[in-house]
Amino acid sequence: MKAASQNNPNSGWEAKAVEFFKDHLNEKDAHTWVPSLNDVPLHYLKPNSLVKFRCLIQDMFDPEFYMGVYEAVNPSTRDKVLRCGKYKDVTECGVDFNSKNTVTAERQTFYCVPIPGESPWVKECYAGLSQARDVPSTSYAPARQKRSYEEDDDMDTQPQKQREPHAGPQTASEHHGNGDCKRQETEAPSSQVASASRVDLNFPLPGEKGPSCLLKVYEDWDGFKLNDAVEVFGILSVSPALSALADEKDASSSLLDPADSMETAEEQRVHSPPASLVPRLHMLYAKPLPHNNPLLPAAACEQNSAYLSSTRSEMATVRTELLAYFTHILLGDALAAEYLILHLISNVYHRHDVLPLGKFTLNLSGCPTEASYTERFYQIIQQLVPSSYYLGMTLQNMNQMRLVPKKDYVANRLVSGALQLARNTSLFLDESRLEQGQLDTTGVRNVTALGNVISWQKFDYDFNYHQMGIPCNINVLIASEGRSLLPSDCRIHLQSQVAPSDVEEYLRSIHTQSQASQLNKFRVYLSVARLLDYSISDEVTKSVEDDFVEMRKDDPQSISAEDLHRMLVVARLLSLSLGQTSLSRDGWLRAKHIEALRRSRMEQHKCVNGNEQ
Amino acid sequence: MSSPLMYGTPSSRVEGTPRSAVRGTPARQRPDLGSVRKAPEVDLQSEPPSADGPAASETNAGQRLVIWGTDVNVGTCKEKFQRFLQRFIDPTSSEDENAGLDLNEPLYMQKLEEISVVGDPVLNVSCLHVQSFDAELYRQLICYPQEVIPTFDMAVNELFFERFPDSILEYQIQVRPYNALKTRNMRSLNPEDIDQLITISGMVIRTSQLIPEMQEAFFQCQVCAFTTRVEVDRGRIAEPAVCRHCNTTHSLALVHNRSVFSDKQMIKIQESPEDMPAGQTPHTTIVYGHNDLVDKVQPGDRINITGVYRAVPMRANPRQSSVKSVYKTHIDAIHFRKTDEKRLHGLDEDSEQKLFTEDRVQTLKELAGKPDVYERLSSALAPSIYEHEDIKKGILLQLFGGSRKDFSATGRGNFRADVNILLCGDPGTSKSQLLQYVFNLVPRGQYTSGKGSSAVGLTAYVTKDPETRQLVLQTGALVLSDNGICCIDEFDKMSDSTRSVLHEVMEQQTLSIAKAGIICQLNARTSVLAAANPIESQWNPKKTTIENIQLPHTLLSRFDLIFLMLDPQDEAYDRRLAHHLVSLYYQSEEQIEEEFLDMAVLRDYIAYARTYINPRLSEEASQTLIEAYVDMRKIGSGRGMVSAYPRQLESLIRLAEAHAKVRFSEKVENIDVEEARRLHREALKQSATDPRTGFVDISILTTGMSATARKRREDIAQVLKKLIQSKGKTPAMKYQQLLDDLRGQSETAITKELFDEALRALADEDYLTVTGKTVRLLA
Repeated sequence: MKAASQNNPNSGWEAKAVEFFKDHLNEKDAHTWVPSLNDVPLHYLKPNSLVKFRCLIQDMFDPEFYMGVYEAVNPSTRDKVLRCGKYKDVTECGVDFNSKNTVTAERQTFYCVPIPGESPWVKECYAGLSQARDVPSTSYAPARQKRSYEEDDDMDTQPQKQREPHAGPQTASEHHGNGDCKRQETEAPSSQVASASRVDLNFPLPGEKGPSCLLKVYEDWDGFKLNDAVEVFGILSVSPALSALADEKDASSSLLDPADSMETAEEQRVHSPPASLVPRLHMLYAKPLPHNNPLLPAAACEQNSAYLSSTRSEMATVRTELLAYFTHILLGDALAAEYLILHLISNVYHRHDVLPLGKFTLNLSGCPTEASYTERFYQIIQQLVPSSYYLGMTLQNMNQMRLVPKKDYVANRLVSGALQLARNTSLFLDESRLEQGQLDTTGVRNVTALGNVISWQKFDYDFNYHQMGIPCNINVLIASEGRSLLPSDCRIHLQSQVAPSDVEEYLRSIHTQSQASQLNKFRVYLSVARLLDYSISDEVTKSVEDDFVEMRKDDPQSISAEDLHRMLVVARLLSLSLGQTSLSRDGWLRAKHIEALRRSRMEQHKCVNGNEQ
Repeated sequence: MSSPLMYGTPSSRVEGTPRSAVRGTPARQRPDLGSVRKAPEVDLQSEPPSADGPAASETNAGQRLVIWGTDVNVGTCKEKFQRFLQRFIDPTSSEDENAGLDLNEPLYMQKLEEISVVGDPVLNVSCLHVQSFDAELYRQLICYPQEVIPTFDMAVNELFFERFPDSILEYQIQVRPYNALKTRNMRSLNPEDIDQLITISGMVIRTSQLIPEMQEAFFQCQVCAFTTRVEVDRGRIAEPAVCRHCNTTHSLALVHNRSVFSDKQMIKIQESPEDMPAGQTPHTTIVYGHNDLVDKVQPGDRINITGVYRAVPMRANPRQSSVKSVYKTHIDAIHFRKTDEKRLHGLDEDSEQKLFTEDRVQTLKELAGKPDVYERLSSALAPSIYEHEDIKKGILLQLFGGSRKDFSATGRGNFRADVNILLCGDPGTSKSQLLQYVFNLVPRGQYTSGKGSSAVGLTAYVTKDPETRQLVLQTGALVLSDNGICCIDEFDKMSDSTRSVLHEVMEQQTLSIAKAGIICQLNARTSVLAAANPIESQWNPKKTTIENIQLPHTLLSRFDLIFLMLDPQDEAYDRRLAHHLVSLYYQSEEQIEEEFLDMAVLRDYIAYARTYINPRLSEEASQTLIEAYVDMRKIGSGRGMVSAYPRQLESLIRLAEAHAKVRFSEKVENIDVEEARRLHREALKQSATDPRTGFVDISILTTGMSATARKRREDIAQVLKKLIQSKGKTPAMKYQQLLDDLRGQSETAITKELFDEALRALADEDYLTVTGKTVRLLA
């Protein structure tokens, strides 16, 4: 231990090295030169090179101690050399374990998965931006091939070695054809199961693809939170020694070795999977992703605010186009389209003790059941938002799907659930798929979790012995025929201008209309609106108060505190959607007006339970 | 003199000493300390660089020797520890380990005596005691446990056999230190803690099967049958290459069943949810239990572990040129202490003790000294919810709770100290939000919704454990929130059978279970915070509380405070509400932080008050309480009704105690009683006001009917009786005709319900019976 406290002669350079990378990566476009694990297949990447990875922190493992500095003895010359163990998984040969100069250091491991539900257009766009040449590194390819033989050998038979490429992510070309993405998703599991039968990569959503990785963090790991979306720059480590070590253990486990009995086979599989499937990434620098939209500059804040103010001026016009587009999709209902925009730019911007502010869950009732309208509707949303997930609320799904992450103590990991999503992911709940039947225990738990997500933007992860509430920030859109069984902030009944029999025909015409340039405009618009700041001036505060008192005077039943809450959110979102960063008198009146319209429509569609929440 | 001297373990050296009793008792190996066999002592003078310890002294050759790599001198250390054992007295000790010992006598000598009687050769030593006795010895213990603990063993055995030369023990006494440093958080472990004595707290999540671990290998020569024993060193056995007897090489073979094995178990612990920073997942640590520490703990137990933190490098593999640069870490357990062991039996205040730093205590005390601390705290509670000051105050008192009193000696049992609160009111008056806030604030809170919970979900149920196939009792929300708060939303939506289990919980604070052969009574000392909506979606001010929420009055009377959360519908209030809400939406985070107390401070404040403050009634306060109670009874007696019952007096006491706790006062004084009374009256005014008369009437809650309503019923019954009597001797009458007659006679409107009630009242008097549509007189 005395050695640990001794000054490392090299101290200082480590910080400088990290600083160097940080500075250079922040330079204009520099980050695009770094190949990304997301779109370059793993076997095209050089080991020990700088790569980046856009990911979600799915699980946090225990911290590990490693040899920060160690002394290696050259067997032939007997020379002792001090070496650095940082950013590496494996030491070089001839470590002197009894050396006094060994420094034990600590690092943290996170299990990272690609951002769940990331839309195909986002992936494509990022891949297109990348300027890194993804040429196979010929010098390395044979080495990897060799290792893959070894790996297959102990599994079963030889002919399966072709499945090795599955480890890497799909090439971008496979993601073409937005319209078919749904089908693609359903097909995916079958191929996935075959390749990953050995290691479950633990993606939150079923049918996800892409590499996951073990991220080694060397400093400030307390700053990271579960479910954070980050872009990591780090050193790729796929050393075959990692897998080899693990395999050997399996074969020759004996009770006498204390190191062997520490981990179960399951745990071993999860915590040290083959590096070809789950590469290790030693972090140099991580950039939090406030948004995951490749069309927006990802640069530092100063530039960002300049960008925001420049785009703000155009927002009103884009909004008009978007409104027209949505009106068209929502079968000619302009009011519903208005609310849909508000929903899509909503965001929990603050939590006041337990109360999340800014969430705006929309229940779109009265969706036509014909022509799988809801699914098509989702596809359109998927084309506009960076990440989304469609959850058909069929009885089977509710009873069988794992929505809530659960801790598996045998494998010592957090088994992911479909609700483990990155911030601002659009969750599309299709209630029109609901059928008769009974919810079992899992079903009830799932519905409760969904309810908690909607009401508190927080739900309990199951740690077996206790529950732990983890905050989330998910935009939930519920499409239903009647009133939803889940709570919602706002419900609007769709008033279709199209006869039910013509819906099919009508929808078909939509698909041909959307153009890439226009879509991009919408995408930028929706992301920018979310990033704007917002304030209310004193005068407007006063007039809002007056208004509230006035409304209550006429009829105290007409507006409750809850309604005022909603109106304030609507006003906020409405102003932001127009690119205004403060609430104006007009904005407030406009919010009041659309709320009044919505309420009068609710009156018309008086439901059995008219008790609006 | 430069070569390090090789010594055996201190304990094995004891074996060699000529003292008879010590030699007679076998020394048991301590796998928890790993291999201490090779702990060479070095002469400090020959190797000056390592001489950073002050132990170097020139006079005695023995004293200059320290164990290699440490500054521990065996002789001094032993002497110091023996002195500690013989002299240490802690008159203020309140630890349960010391129960039944004379606190003014040397504590550990009494324990040794206990060992000689009981024959369990384990001596638990609190490190805090060592620290207060000799800080230097403590430092050595923490830094070099592997060397110091065997020295302690040696010291204690010498002392013991000197004292009790005739006692027979299974093996030599082992010292088990506990309470090292402050109890550490698993998250704060770092490489500097390796090989040190640490105490961490956590929850057991998995235990492995028993693992036999070889301690001593037995080899036999295949050629000459010569046998030899080799001890395990750092997890390895060096197989002798040459037989010492016949000099044959590689002739020795291991004989398994003559080797010595010790028990070992792998235990995984996870940090407790309270220790975790938000947004992170819990860490886990591997612990090895040895010998009798095997199977001491079960998954789910919350424990404090004292042990040595180890890091083992991944083994260098001869076939591999490079190795993984990661160490495997674990803790070798020396001592387990369950923190929740006594939860089923009694109070666990001391184990629950949250450790507060000096600074924190100072801040809390400063806060408590402020005259408006009560108002401050109540406004800090759920700041996002507007006004409802009294409700927040009520909940604040609930969070603090009353003082626990035990009357089981007089047969009364435990006196409930927890305050129960019911909130009822219009939908959308942020009741749920308040509940959610409380649930997030308290460490042991549970949140359930009446709609989704069944009786078993609240209490306990028996299931088959998928792994062990045994029937196990799974506890529900009420038991889990023992010593906490159980928040029940949508209380009115709960089924009657579910609600019925609450009767026991809310007064006796226990739960009786008789299921699948498991009959037991569990503690459920929980405060209930419930929220109910009125039956007709909107609160009907013309009806009583009971009529509005349709809950049995037996249950209602168990709530100390029942608050109505209504929409006040007044302009000034509306304006303030609007201002409050709008400000929520534009204030920056800093502004909000400044205005209110931090949730963490509030949480600590409550935790501190709950653990350390236990107020008692002062003479003066009891008088005031008596007066208050008499007054309450008087209010009603003027109108011929009772407006207070002993249960209300108990509530008052609890509330007054809680208020004293808020002030950090050990005494309940008049101001506490005054506030309790005010709050109680305020709650009563809201919930027990008879809508017909406007008077406070406690009987609405206790009997479900207001006294005026009862009086009215009796009046009608009398009128009816007279009417029947006036009809002369008719044994039977038509129901409808009687109603019409009564209506014709009475000047007030008589509804069918009133008439029915009057008939029932008369039937109760055995004056008549009602069968179908006829009314029969009884003679």
